[in-house]
Amino acid sequence: MSVSTPKERRIILKHADDPNYSNRIGCYLREGGYGNLKKAFSMQPEEVGEEVLKSGVRGRGGAGFPAGMKWKFLDRKSGKPIYLICNADESEPGTFKDRQIMYKDPHQLIEGMMITAFAIGAKQAFIYIRAEFHEGARILERAISEAKKAGFCGNKILDSEYSCDLVVHRGAGAYICGEETGLIESLEGKRPNPRIKPPYFPAVLGLYQCPTIVNNVETLCNVRHIIEMGGEEFSKIGKPNNTGTRIWCVSGQVMKPGYYEFECGSLTLGQLIFDICGGLRPGRSLKAVIPGGSSAKVLRADERFSGTLKDGTEFDWGLEDIPLDFDGPMAAGSMSGSGGIIVMDDTVDIVEAMANVNAFYAHESCGQCTPCREGSLWMRKISQRMCSGGAREEDADLLLSVAKQIEGRTICAFGEAAAWPTQSFVTKFKDDFIRKATDSPKERDPKSLQLI
Amino acid sequence: MIAPDNKEMVNITLNGIEVEVPNGINAVEAAALHGKEVPHYCYHPKLSVAGNCRMCLVEMGTPMRDRTSGEPILDEDGIQKIGWVPKPVIGCATNITPGMHLRTESDLVNECREGIMEFLLVNHPLDCPICDQAGECRLQEFATDYGRGYSRYVERKNVKPKRTRLGPRVTLDDERCILCSRCIRFSQEVAKDDVLGFVDRGSFSTLTCFPGKELANNYSLNTVDICPVGALTSTDFRFKMRVWFLKESKSVCTESSAGCNTLVSSREGAIQRITPRRNDQVNDTWMTDSGRELYKLVKADSRIRRPSFRGSDLPLDDAISQAFQTLKNKKIGVVASCHSSLEEQFLIKRLVEETGAKVYIRGHFGEDDGILLSADRTPNLRGALVAGLTSHYPSDNLNDLNDSISDGHIEALLVIGEDLKESGVNEDNLKKVSLVFLGTHQNSTSDCAEVVLPGLTVFEKSGSLINRSFFLQSFEQSIPCPAGLMTDFKILARLINLFSEDSIAPSELDEIWEALSSCENSVLKGITFLKIKKGAIQLNGSKWEHLSFVEKEALHYLPTGVITS
Ligand SMILES: Cc1cc2nc3c(=O)[nH]c(=O)nc-3n(C[C@H](O)[C@H](O)[C@H](O)COP(=O)(O)O)c2cc1C
Ligand code: SF4
Ligand code: SF4
Ligand code: FES
Repeated sequence: MSVSTPKERRIILKHADDPNYSNRIGCYLREGGYGNLKKAFSMQPEEVGEEVLKSGVRGRGGAGFPAGMKWKFLDRKSGKPIYLICNADESEPGTFKDRQIMYKDPHQLIEGMMITAFAIGAKQAFIYIRAEFHEGARILERAISEAKKAGFCGNKILDSEYSCDLVVHRGAGAYICGEETGLIESLEGKRPNPRIKPPYFPAVLGLYQCPTIVNNVETLCNVRHIIEMGGEEFSKIGKPNNTGTRIWCVSGQVMKPGYYEFECGSLTLGQLIFDICGGLRPGRSLKAVIPGGSSAKVLRADERFSGTLKDGTEFDWGLEDIPLDFDGPMAAGSMSGSGGIIVMDDTVDIVEAMANVNAFYAHESCGQCTPCREGSLWMRKISQRMCSGGAREEDADLLLSVAKQIEGRTICAFGEAAAWPTQSFVTKFKDDFIRKATDSPKERDPKSLQLI
Repeated sequence: MIAPDNKEMVNITLNGIEVEVPNGINAVEAAALHGKEVPHYCYHPKLSVAGNCRMCLVEMGTPMRDRTSGEPILDEDGIQKIGWVPKPVIGCATNITPGMHLRTESDLVNECREGIMEFLLVNHPLDCPICDQAGECRLQEFATDYGRGYSRYVERKNVKPKRTRLGPRVTLDDERCILCSRCIRFSQEVAKDDVLGFVDRGSFSTLTCFPGKELANNYSLNTVDICPVGALTSTDFRFKMRVWFLKESKSVCTESSAGCNTLVSSREGAIQRITPRRNDQVNDTWMTDSGRELYKLVKADSRIRRPSFRGSDLPLDDAISQAFQTLKNKKIGVVASCHSSLEEQFLIKRLVEETGAKVYIRGHFGEDDGILLSADRTPNLRGALVAGLTSHYPSDNLNDLNDSISDGHIEALLVIGEDLKESGVNEDNLKKVSLVFLGTHQNSTSDCAEVVLPGLTVFEKSGSLINRSFFLQSFEQSIPCPAGLMTDFKILARLINLFSEDSIAPSELDEIWEALSSCENSVLKGITFLKIKKGAIQLNGSKWEHLSFVEKEALHYLPTGVITS
C-alpha cells in the first residue's frame, strides 16, 4: 500500500463487519441509535430539511440528485397525503451496497427514514425491497417491529403527536422496478411500467397520484448522520458538491473484490483497484473499468481524459487518476452511478462483455416504449451473433446506430442505461469488434460466457 | 384526456411560423390544426396519454426567463431567447403554453421517426398481403413516409401467437401488435371492462386477456377500430374484404336513442361492416358491437321484399291503391313508430290530419348501459315528439289501441312496423280491424295484414333522427334499395295524395324540409336538410323537459334535471 493511499472512512458501514454487532435493535441502541431521531424531533421539520439541503448530500441511487433539493420540490399545496419510499430494489449489475446496509444495520435505515418522513411530513413510508432479498425483507420486518415496540416508528413516535407507519413491500422481481416511477406503479400493484414525465413527477403526482419522495437506501441512511453532525459539518466530508462518503462496490478481476467506503474524492480509481483491492491477478494487465454499475459508460485502461471541471480547474487524467466521487467519473465521460465498479483485465473478450451487458438490458426492458424495447433486443441479438461466430464488419457501426436511435427518446432512463454500454464499448474498442468479424472462427467459442 | 377543454387561444411558433391554438391542447393536436401531421400510434384523442410509441417526438422550446428575477432573457436583437429542450419530447404529452416553439419538421424529428419506424418493423411479421388492416394501417402509412425501404435486420424475428381468440368477436395477432396499449386503455377507460393486459417483458411483451376473462363486452370491436395496426381484427370481417374496395357512407346507428354516428362500408350494394364515426358531442369515436350487427337485417330471411295484397304479390302502385281502399271510409287508427325517420313521422302526421285518424305509438325499452346503449331502444322517439305525433311519453305497449278496438272506435289500421300482438292487442281485436302494414320485416302483424307495403331499412334510404340529447342528425343511403321498392316517405306521400283532393304531399327530402322548417313555433324552424348533412344540429328540447325520459346518465348525456359536476 502506497503511503498516500487514504484509509477507508466508514460512516454508513461503520458496524457492518463488526463481529460484536448484530442487526438487532440492542446493538443499534448501544451504539447511540435513534438518538438522532430524538434530535430531529426536537427540531421543526423544515429545519431538518434545511440541514439536509446544507449537507449537499446527493442521491446514491444512480442519478446523484441532491436530496435536500428533491424534498423541496414536494407539492405541499395539494393537501394530498405525502408518501416516502425507500428504493431498496438494488439491481444494477455490479452494485451490492444497499444489501449490506439492510442485512447488517437495518435500524440505521429505519432511523434515517423516520427522520426523513418527519421532515417531509409523510404519514406512510415504504421500503420497496428487491424480490430476491428474501432474507433482507425478513430482517427489515423484524427490525421494524422492534422499532415499533420501542416507539421509534409507527404510532405516536417518541410519544409525540407524529405517527408514520413503515411497511416492507417485496419487489416484483425486475430491474425496472428500481426506476422510481416504475417502482411506484409496482407498489400500486401494477406492472412496473415507468410513467411519462411530464406530468408524473413523483414529487407532485407519485404514489396514488400523491406527492412522493423516493430515495435510495444509502441516501436515507445518510440523513441520520447529517442530523448527527449537522448539515454544515457533513458537507465538510468529501469535496464541495461531492459530500459525504460513498460505498464503492468493486467486482471483476481484482484480488480483493468487495465494498469499500471512502470519503468522496479521497482516492482515485487507480488507488482503489491497485492499493485497496490488491490489484490484478499476477501477470494480468488492466483492460477496462465500468465505474458506476453496468449502465455507466466503460472506460478504457489507456484512455486519457482532459477538460475543465465545474470549479474551473483543468484536468488531464489517465484512467487511474480519476477521483472517486460524483464529478470525477462524470468528467471522464461516464458516471459514478450506483457505485458499482466492474474491473476487467486483458483476458476479457470485450465483445462478450458487452454481449453480456446487452443480454441483461434486453431481458429487463419493460417493453413499454418502442426504442428501448426493440433496440435493446436487437443489440442483444447482434452481439450474441457476434460471439457465436457470425460477426460481420458492419456490426460495430450497426450497433452504434441502433444505440443512437434509443438514447434520449425513451420514457425512462433505462433507454440510456441500455444504449451507453454499447456506445462506449464499440467506440472505445472498435478494433476488438472488427477483429471479431475478421479473425474469429465461424462458430461459438466453447469458453465464452453463457448469455441469459 | 390530459389536455383540458380550453377555448382560450394563444400564440405559438410552429416550424418558425406564428400560429394561434387553444391553450393547453397537446402538440399533436395543435400541429394538426395547422395542417402539420405529427405521426402517432399510441395517442388517441379520446383516451388517456400513454406516451409509449415515441413516434410523435418533436422539438420543443419555451421563451427563456431569468430563474430568479423572472425577467425575459433577450438576445442581441432584443428578442426573447428560446430555451430548446435538448432532447426531443413527445408531442402527445406536451401541452401548449403561450409562446411555445415547436418543430415538427426538422432533421432531428425525421431521424426520430425513421428510428421508431425501423424499430417497429424489426420484429413485425410484414404479412401485409394477408392482413386485414392493409390499406388503413398506420404502420404501412408511416413506413411509406419514414421507412428505410430496406432492412438492416438480419436476426431472427420474435415469434408470438398468431390467432388468439380474445372474445366472441375479436381475434388477435400478437406478432403484429406494436404494444401501443390503446386497446387496454379503451377497455379500462371507456368500456369499463378491464380485461386486457400485457404479459412478459421487453420485446417479448404479449397482449392477452387476464386469466379467466375474455373481451366480450358490447364495445369490444372498438378495440379493432383503434388498433393502429392489424393486430386486433373483427372475427366477422376478417379475411372478407379489402378495405380499398369499400364505399363509405355516413349514417346513424338506430339501435337506441344514443344515435352513434357511423360509417357504413359496402361493396357492390352489399354492406360489409359498420364502424363508428367521430362526433365529440355524441359518441366520440365509439359504438356498440350490437349496433354493428344491424346491417345483417338487410338480408334477413324475414325481410319483406315484395308488396302483397291478401297474401299475393302485386306491384307497389297497386298495393298502395289497395291500402287506400282498405282504409278509406273507416274509423282509422295509425300505429306510428319511433323507428321512423323524422321525415316519415312528419308525413304520418300529415296523413293523420288528412284522414282524422287516431294515432297510437309505443316505445321500446331495455337496460341502459350508461355508455352508448341507452334505455330507449328506438332511434327517434324525440322525433315523434317534435313531429307532433304524441305529446306524452310513449309507454311500452299499445293497450290503449286494444281498448279502442274493443270499444269499436277503430275499424282500420295503418301499422308502421310494430308487432301489435306483442304490444298488447289481442287476437280477437286484431281480427276485427282491416290492417295495412308498412314495414321492413315480417311479424305477426304483417302476417295477418290485408295489405303489406315493404319499407326500407335505414341503410337503403336517407333521412334524419333526433337522439337522446336532441341532436338532429342525418343518415344517408348506403346501398341501393331492392328493385321495385320505394322509400317509406314516398309511399306515405302517395297515400296522403289519395286521401286528399286538393293538396299534394311533399315527396322529396328537400320539399319535406321546406314544410317542416316553415312551421311557426317549431324547433325545426329555419333548418334545411343540407344543414343537417353538414353536422348534427342541437334542437331546443325544453318543451319536453317535463316528460320522464328513461335514459340514464351516460357518455355525453345527462338526464334533464341532473346538474353536471
Ligand atoms: C432503469 C433504472 C433502474 C434503477 N434502479 C435503481 C435501484 O435499483 N435502486 C435505486 O436506489 N435507484 C435506482 N434507480 C434510480 C431511481 O430511479 C431514483 O432515481 C432513485 O431511487 C432516487 O434515489 P436517490 O435520489 O436517493 O438516488 C434506477 C433508475 C433507472 C432508470
Ligand atoms: S425506456 Fe425501456 S424500461 Fe423505460 S419505459 Fe421505455 S421500455 Fe420501459
Ligand atoms: S393490439 Fe393493437 S391496440 Fe392493442 S396494444 Fe397491440 S397494437 Fe395497440
Ligand atoms: S403518440 Fe406520443 S408517444 Fe405515442
